[in-house]
Amino acid sequence: MAQASATKVGELAPPLELRDTDGAIHALPTPGEVPATVVVWTCNHCPYALAWHDRIVQVARDYEGRGVRFLAVNSNDAERYPHDSLEAMRERVASEDWPFPYLHDETQEAARAWAAQVTPHVYVLDPELRIRYEGAPDADHMDPGLDAAWLREALDAVLAGSDPQRPATDPVGCSIK
Amino acid sequence: MRTPRVELLWWEGCPSTDAALAMLREEMTSVDLDPEAIDVREVSTDTDAEREEFVGSPTIRVGGRDVQPLPDEPIGLSCRVYRLPDGRISPLPDRAEVRQTLTDAMKGGD
Repeated sequence: MAQASATKVGELAPPLELRDTDGAIHALPTPGEVPATVVVWTCNHCPYALAWHDRIVQVARDYEGRGVRFLAVNSNDAERYPHDSLEAMRERVASEDWPFPYLHDETQEAARAWAAQVTPHVYVLDPELRIRYEGAPDADHMDPGLDAAWLREALDAVLAGSDPQRPATDPVGCSIK
Repeated sequence: MRTPRVELLWWEGCPSTDAALAMLREEMTSVDLDPEAIDVREVSTDTDAEREEFVGSPTIRVGGRDVQPLPDEPIGLSCRVYRLPDGRISPLPDRAEVRQTLTDAMKGGD
């Protein structure tokens, strides 16, 4: 996939409006609508995305009561990667208990606009939709005990109205293609 | 004891190649095989993937046998999902499984 210029922490998030696995359209909240938004690029076939998935789901559940909105996006080309087809996404959502919508970026335009590089690639937005964190959920995909600490740290800062101490980390995972 | 051919096939879209190569070298050393004898090959095109019957990166074969065969996986440029004995998903195969595959091949068995 062609790379766009990198999305930068501190900038307003690019628009995002995509359909989920049921065909419903989801977009970023309007400015001021929610205290924080998390957008995660993920997919069905990447071991890194799969290894981190449960930790991200747990963060979504833990912060649900605080009004944080989560959106998961799959931008992989389904012709090349059948495991990432819309049908495969539907099957996964049906068989697992997802607390957030799984959006299909069929044209890959969203990934290009956000310069999402790999799965997973996590973004945390403040109430005004400014990017306050981007990168990996935590330091090690193989250690569930890390509990998506970097994502939680960023969310806690945004919810407290302050800047995350660690605004960016290197996302680690499978390239989006 | 036989000296099996050891292959590591990789694709640049996955960040696990260096770790896979390091682990494979360590395990080869542990069973007295030459860690420099690994046939490391990049798979960079769909044509390469078809020719190599490549189902994802990294793929490790010992004596032609995949350390964790995935007969139903589609061929293509992708990252492999390995299952560890404790149930975790990993971009790398289980170290003990790699060692066992090496020793089996050295004995000439499956």
